[in-house]
Amino acid sequence: MEETFGNYSVIGKQMPRVDARAKVTGEAKYAADIELPNMLWGQIKRSPYAHAKILNIDTSKAEKLPGVMAVTTGKDFGGFKWGWSGPTRDEEPFATTKVRYQYEGVAAVAAISEDIAEEACDLIEVEYEPLPGVFDPFEAMQAGAPLVHENRPGNICVEYHWNFGDVDKAFAESYLVREDIFQTPRMAKGYIEPPAVIAYWPGPNRLVFQGAKGSPYFPYRILARCFNLPLSNVRVIQPFIGSDFGGTKNDMVHCDFAAPMLAKKTGRPVKLVYTQFDELTTCLRRHPMWITIKTGVTKDGILKATYVKAVADGGAYTRMSPLTMFLVGTCMTMPYKLPNFKYDAYNYFTNNPSSAAMRGHGLYHSRFAADVQLDMMAKELGLDPVEIRLRNAIENPEPGKVYETVNEVHMATCGIKECIEKVAEAIKWEERKKTKKVEGQKSYGIGFSAATYNSGTKLSAHNACAAIIRICEDGSINYLTGASDVGQGSDTVGCAIAAEVLGVVLEDIDIKRVDTAFTPVDPGSYGSRVTVLAGQAARNAALDAKQQLLEVAAQQFGVKPEEVEIKNKQVFVKSSPDRNMSWERLVRIACYDTPGKVIIGRGYSSQGITLLGLADLSKGVGDIGTNYSFTAQAAEVEVDVETGVVKCTDNSVIAHDCGFPLNPQAVETQVQGGSYHQGVAAALYEEFKMDKGQTLNPNFIDYMRPRAYEAPMTQVMHVITNDPYGPFGAKEASEGSCCSAPPAVINAIYNATGVWINDLPAQPEKVFWALKAHKEKKKGKK
Amino acid sequence: MKGEMKELKLTVNGKPYESKVKANTLLVELLRNELKLTGTKVGCLDSACGACTVHIDGKAVRSCSVLALQANGRKVTTIEGVADGDKLHPIQEAMVEYGAIECGFCTPGMVMSAKALLDENLNPTREEVREAIQGNLCADEGYVKYIEAIEIAAEKMRGGQ
Repeated sequence: MEETFGNYSVIGKQMPRVDARAKVTGEAKYAADIELPNMLWGQIKRSPYAHAKILNIDTSKAEKLPGVMAVTTGKDFGGFKWGWSGPTRDEEPFATTKVRYQYEGVAAVAAISEDIAEEACDLIEVEYEPLPGVFDPFEAMQAGAPLVHENRPGNICVEYHWNFGDVDKAFAESYLVREDIFQTPRMAKGYIEPPAVIAYWPGPNRLVFQGAKGSPYFPYRILARCFNLPLSNVRVIQPFIGSDFGGTKNDMVHCDFAAPMLAKKTGRPVKLVYTQFDELTTCLRRHPMWITIKTGVTKDGILKATYVKAVADGGAYTRMSPLTMFLVGTCMTMPYKLPNFKYDAYNYFTNNPSSAAMRGHGLYHSRFAADVQLDMMAKELGLDPVEIRLRNAIENPEPGKVYETVNEVHMATCGIKECIEKVAEAIKWEERKKTKKVEGQKSYGIGFSAATYNSGTKLSAHNACAAIIRICEDGSINYLTGASDVGQGSDTVGCAIAAEVLGVVLEDIDIKRVDTAFTPVDPGSYGSRVTVLAGQAARNAALDAKQQLLEVAAQQFGVKPEEVEIKNKQVFVKSSPDRNMSWERLVRIACYDTPGKVIIGRGYSSQGITLLGLADLSKGVGDIGTNYSFTAQAAEVEVDVETGVVKCTDNSVIAHDCGFPLNPQAVETQVQGGSYHQGVAAALYEEFKMDKGQTLNPNFIDYMRPRAYEAPMTQVMHVITNDPYGPFGAKEASEGSCCSAPPAVINAIYNATGVWINDLPAQPEKVFWALKAHKEKKKGKK
Repeated sequence: MKGEMKELKLTVNGKPYESKVKANTLLVELLRNELKLTGTKVGCLDSACGACTVHIDGKAVRSCSVLALQANGRKVTTIEGVADGDKLHPIQEAMVEYGAIECGFCTPGMVMSAKALLDENLNPTREEVREAIQGNLCADEGYVKYIEAIEIAAEKMRGGQ
């Protein structure tokens, strides 16, 4: 059962995660589990209106309530604004003059109990002047529509226009041109742990912050600026994180400002814990997107050109929308060869909660549209869905060569062909396509898709990412990283890389949670960047430490450092392995022999910045990724043609090219999870229902999430391409399958029923009516 | 008056516990806030996510859907009471070895639901395993390895290796 990869001692094999024991026993502390002596409880006062002027906030009654220790409003922050990047700082910690979405925070309270804090919030009197709002991009784009931000005419949040090659000429030369509209749903991030934070000030100018944040160096920088502190005095200590799929846990939500401010005012630790209701009504969401896609192909199904127009609901504030819209476009030229590509992107402000990054960020929307449309065209051309994908797939570049797309995206490895072949074979497509599987009112179908995802994502600033390896005098090792494991398994992979390089075992490496007072800086857990970039930093730090030890060993053996090797905790002369000593002995000699060395290895990630330059978001050229993963998926669905209920069956396979699986088991779990929770979820289950800015289903009963009883037992196959730009050949694992799952499922529904569902999710009612219309159309034709 | 305190006696992880609680105190609040047993997580407070699953007299129960007083006189087991000292329960062992655990937030609830199943039925079908954890939401790992780990644990507990 256990598959191993490569000729390594630690990596490429099954390994238990370094944090699994703490998690399985309940010992792992998440933000809401932390308690401190003398601690107060905080609570947020929120606006009932989605769009309203704030005329006055009266906190006097709340302040007088016994047990209330402090109240804060936006005015306490002295005009501070923040955002995803310098030019997009459009959000205040608490709204001062105007609220832009329902339940936006306007004040916060700290009290001796949760109950009192809640009661005090009720006593805060806020006078509003309700304003008309805009609740989807089509309302927002109307001439004369109410403005969400007065200084942003037309409610335009992001706009890009890119043009590569000659799309019009290519369409004119195409044998078949199709234009279709697709829609992706407004989705929750869906993690089970709602935001929580505890903050305190151990000195007048020193802040400690422990929050459920997947990218701790975001709050580190933002809070330093907010409270005018030197970075050296902002200590963010990471608890365990109950998942982070981008957005909310990347940067800030109201509680992340409230806790430090209330703690500052009271001189006591302040803790705030959101409910799932708070999370689902106010926190960041996946953008709903309307995608018009026009594609031209030759008679043989070869792609000539694609034009994409993407319209997105950005919500109330900019957040990461500039990056989202870039990602929607940039990878359209992969995993298939596309010589001509045009892209128009429009992201509008609305009076909905803000949209932001989510697992499969950006690429998921356009890949869904493109890969379903590809099946539609294959059908029209009478081509097999596997065949049309293989004909267009980008070939794996020869070693040493790089493939460049028309929009200047570069890849040294691409295993998509092998991925497609593997899934077709595993699902026995050649046999299966000859028969139609129907059992009673259940109709079965198989769908294919192929996708890519950028790994080792690098943005225009804050790319610095480093690691420190400290060799203790008994041979044990501390690995310090600023990278956060939010569940993806990066702590384990970082330790494994360090162990592999140093020639020791996984158990020798100790890792603690990120603590900005000690760990080196890291951008954060987003864009599938951690394994590739923090992994490279870990490798470089371990190499540095190893070199220092090899010099000591070389002296002992009377040879040159390059003649010595360390493997399986044995230090030996390569040419005569009988001249050896144990790892522990070497370390002891290094640390104890006069004058005694302190072995600290330092390393940073360089590939993120120096490879081929950074992407230009507005022009749409260049690499957002250090390298790119490839995923092919084959999914079988069972459609109840009477009720419209669709479920995935266990006949489900994914082949994933992550370059090299450092921890194969973790790659499989990541790929299975990415496919089901954020991919199939979008295809079949999840969608927020809204009414003029109000979320109608803000709980996990009415907002349906994928559960175990419908989970496909997806088989994951590894495709090895050994990418030269990832540590030990690694690329990302998991976000690719978020992008491959929706088109595979929708194509499978078509294969089962002859019905296309272009707007996600394919919930039973939608499928029911589509089936009915299809049946009537067929009848009419007869 | 809502603040009135009521007597409460129960056993938690084999230890007797006596206290006075407000009538509206949830069992999960008692466990987390009073007893500091924070292995039991709060995800939704709607009985929808299963992160707060504990056992009452051996049955899996969402501790957010039960008042502390409803556990009066009963035996409550939380995730902290599952391992035998340093020795993990076979379900925990299988989840660790088989790589089922990602962020870990749903894990304690998942263990408790699986244990309630295997305590009664050491030979569950795959459908029974799925059903036992259908109330436990996970957000990142896809359930596949959880399901397989529970089956491996059942096999071990039956005496096979």
